[in-house]
Amino acid sequence: MTDNLILLLQNPSFALDVVLNGLLAGAIFALAAYGMSLVWGVLNIVNIVQGELVVLGGYITFVTIGAGVPALVALPLSALVMFGVGFALYYTVIFRVIDKDLFISILATFGLSIVIQQLMNTVFGSDVRSIDTGLGSFYMLDGAVTVAWIKIVACALALVSGLALWTFLRYARLGQAIRATAQNPRAAHILGIDTSRVYAITYGLNGALCGAAGSLAVMAWTIHPYIGLPYTVRSFMIVVVAGLGNVGGVVAAGLSLGALENVAGFVFGAEYQIAFVFALMVLILVWRNWRAARRRTYLA
Amino acid sequence: MKWRVGVLAVLAGFALTGSAFADDAATIRLGAAVSLSGKYSTNGVFTRNGYDLAVARINESGGVKVGDKTYKLEIVYYDDESTPARGAQLAERLIQQDKVQYLLGPYSSGLVEAMAPVTEKYGVPMVEANGAAISLFRKGYKYLFAVLSTTDQYLKGAVDLAGKQSADPSKLKIAMAFENDPFSQDVREGVTEDAKRFGMKIVVDDKLPPELNDMSATLTKVKLLKPDILIVSGHEKGAETAIRQISDQRVNVPMLAMTHCDSAQIAEKHGKIAEYTLCAAQWAPSLGYSDKLFGKASDYAALYEKTYKEAAPYQAAESSAAVQVFADAFTRAGSLDPKAVRDALSATNIQTFYGPIHFDETGKNVDKPTILFQVQDGKYVVVYPEKWAEAKLRTPTPSWDKR
Amino acid sequence: MIDMFLDRVRAVPEWALLVGLGLIALAAPFVVPSLATQLAMLWLMVVFAQTWDVLGGQLGYNSFGNVIFFGIGCYACAVVQRDSGLPYYDALALGLLFAAVLALVSALLFGAALLGIRGHYFAIATLGLGIAAGELAAGWDYIGAGSGLAMPLFPGALGSRELFFYYVMFAIAGACFFTLRWIYGTRFGLAMNAIRDDEDKAEAMGLHTTAIKTVAWAISALFLGLAGGVAGNMLGFIDPRDVAFSGATFGVWMVLMAILGGKGTLWGPVLGAVIFHITKEFFWTYLLGWQRVALGLLIVVIVLYFPQGIMGWARARQQARAGVAT
Repeated sequence: MTDNLILLLQNPSFALDVVLNGLLAGAIFALAAYGMSLVWGVLNIVNIVQGELVVLGGYITFVTIGAGVPALVALPLSALVMFGVGFALYYTVIFRVIDKDLFISILATFGLSIVIQQLMNTVFGSDVRSIDTGLGSFYMLDGAVTVAWIKIVACALALVSGLALWTFLRYARLGQAIRATAQNPRAAHILGIDTSRVYAITYGLNGALCGAAGSLAVMAWTIHPYIGLPYTVRSFMIVVVAGLGNVGGVVAAGLSLGALENVAGFVFGAEYQIAFVFALMVLILVWRNWRAARRRTYLA
Repeated sequence: MKWRVGVLAVLAGFALTGSAFADDAATIRLGAAVSLSGKYSTNGVFTRNGYDLAVARINESGGVKVGDKTYKLEIVYYDDESTPARGAQLAERLIQQDKVQYLLGPYSSGLVEAMAPVTEKYGVPMVEANGAAISLFRKGYKYLFAVLSTTDQYLKGAVDLAGKQSADPSKLKIAMAFENDPFSQDVREGVTEDAKRFGMKIVVDDKLPPELNDMSATLTKVKLLKPDILIVSGHEKGAETAIRQISDQRVNVPMLAMTHCDSAQIAEKHGKIAEYTLCAAQWAPSLGYSDKLFGKASDYAALYEKTYKEAAPYQAAESSAAVQVFADAFTRAGSLDPKAVRDALSATNIQTFYGPIHFDETGKNVDKPTILFQVQDGKYVVVYPEKWAEAKLRTPTPSWDKR
Repeated sequence: MIDMFLDRVRAVPEWALLVGLGLIALAAPFVVPSLATQLAMLWLMVVFAQTWDVLGGQLGYNSFGNVIFFGIGCYACAVVQRDSGLPYYDALALGLLFAAVLALVSALLFGAALLGIRGHYFAIATLGLGIAAGELAAGWDYIGAGSGLAMPLFPGALGSRELFFYYVMFAIAGACFFTLRWIYGTRFGLAMNAIRDDEDKAEAMGLHTTAIKTVAWAISALFLGLAGGVAGNMLGFIDPRDVAFSGATFGVWMVLMAILGGKGTLWGPVLGAVIFHITKEFFWTYLLGWQRVALGLLIVVIVLYFPQGIMGWARARQQARAGVAT
């Protein structure tokens, strides 16, 4: 472990490669995390089916590109289709989970995720899928830093989406309606906002974000029907670390967790990468709670 | 009122199961728990196809002769969901509840690992075709037999080839990335032993988490340390991820060897970036083996393709061979008693389209070598062992800017 | 109709129910020997559900990481059996003791760190802990890392293995049941419920909430550790992610079973475990290929339409008949 650390310190250009790749990987998780944060903040649901929505988005992209659609079009197309899927899911299943407590939502969406996993397996097969966009890689520093262009595109997209989301929530009427519903559903309803439509749109928006994330995932890495859970858990972790409703925080947390994970993988060995990240999350929660306890409150 | 209906339904269920056990006097029932869902389901389906194809072929060729009676073969299937705990339970169920006396193996070493203690305990012979981990054969199991080459053989060829390319093998540096599951770790053990034999230095030794599909940290290390050989084994996902990211990150290694690249279809899916990759495989349709039931290896491939509308993967071929081994053992034993069958199995020494099958006292097949393909011009060409080589190894792999 | 059935059930004195069930349980592996391992798994599920309910139902702290103690138990027992050099039964006994102690100590340690966190953050933290434990186990070579650990073969005669482990698991489930039954009737039990109902008030009243929560968790950990040691032996092979620290299967099922039966009650988890296990096995046998979809749908249905569980539903029904508005 120490020799890996020394390697990193002695070769700053390679260290940059590790950090950069991790950062960009984190961007894709950040996209899924926006959606998670939205759904949690507005509908008070911890959406465990998030990962499966991401993978579904990836499959839609895979199928559309296979049908000849160029990658640049396939991405927004997947996002659009997934918006519809999210919208439909809301009106069929999710609306029943709204008024239950958070814990119930975790279990219900978990059940839903199993169903969707199996359906994807039946429809798409369990083969690992991936798409080569042919965008090539970007190199720097004599080949020490090599980054696939698609990852850079992903990061740019994540940042742009974050900004767009923040602006939408702040200034657009629909965005304000969403925030109002999140703050106080009854008051919003009384003031004339169709809360049920707002919830559906929010969930649809979540679907779109997952669709975009999945699209990037199938282009940058690989997908298969059972790879949803890591996305769910990571987006979850990012939201927890960032705090709810904090779009900038989600970006920062997503990028840093991605970078940290990659560095941990380099230094400790890939087998401890995931353990490190989760242990970190637990430590952050414990530390936050301790800080809250000193002020005689607790994490809520 | 409603509970009466419920009781009737349950009774009906039992009746159905009861009738399923009515034994057909002229059938031998084999049991199999294969992965029809979960992460191994693609290969589990290949396994089942292989079993089914062999049973169909044997049955239409007249069945299995045991003593003076002829029997047809039949397989009872369950889905182990790619989970070892489930596999073990299903083995128990097949033996205890379904009263099956002979088992065909599951897909993956992890599942065989979980089921072997059960079959051993009940004295039920299991012939498996898809669990290559050498550790399975160090436990003293008497009722476990495997037709495929074990993991220590998988990438031996790659290390051998690399050793032969260099004047001083002990100066060679080797980098390894293996998925953290029983099978891949066993392959790693084999590679580590071979590397030690040559005195090669292991500079990277990473265990990739199965849930992850990003190995960029490992590849950065590889770029930094410049090994002469990179070995990656992580089932199809590992092969796919490795090919993508090695190209993305422009990792230059003189020799790249992997497992599962043909089942991941890297040449078909990734074209030029897959060139020069070495792939370990258990079998290829171009090999010269043959037998009376299926004909040549290429005949088997043609039959499989006709039946299942896709190219024959080696997972299916070895599964068919497992059924052939049972058929041969039943005939030689002259009886259906599991212990007699087990003894006949252990004396197996036959030639099949899949290769020679000869078990040593631990139950592994010692006569069949693994082969190495190299992706040349978009095709998988056998380059090792020399006896079956279709073309020469193209080495060293040119760096990315020259491709 | 249903009310008459419920009344009949309620009229049966508890001791009669316990004795009756006990006799059935004792005789079961002889009556249907082919189901012995299945039934042993059933008792494992009962232990899972009961131990989860201590924290989830009685204390109101939903934990998604209880499976960590199960995993610790599996490995602790397996390592003792592998390394102690003692004959099988002695090694097993020592292994189980070590498993229970290690699980207990871990619960005390984790509890001290995590039990200050409340609500869903606690659930998340325990989930993270469970996953981290699984990954750490998969990286630690001493316990077999990703290749897992194979258990030593049982030395007894053919058929005796299932019986042996069945009775051991039954004994653990029974011990767990009676321990919890006793605890729920003491002041400690009342204190736990007070914490569930309103932790701040409980604290204000002078209850040492952290200590109570930690002790409760330690008790569930003890039984989980024991169950883990036995389960590892029953299954024959321990895989760090699929068996020992399997959050997506055991970890979630324990929650579901307790909810299905009715969390916060004594018999609820037991009932929930029995029904869930039987239904799940039913799906696996008769719905080949669709069993996971069926399970997912079952989960959604349980959680959305039966959140108070069967016991909760029965209780609410009785209260409604008595005219009490709930």
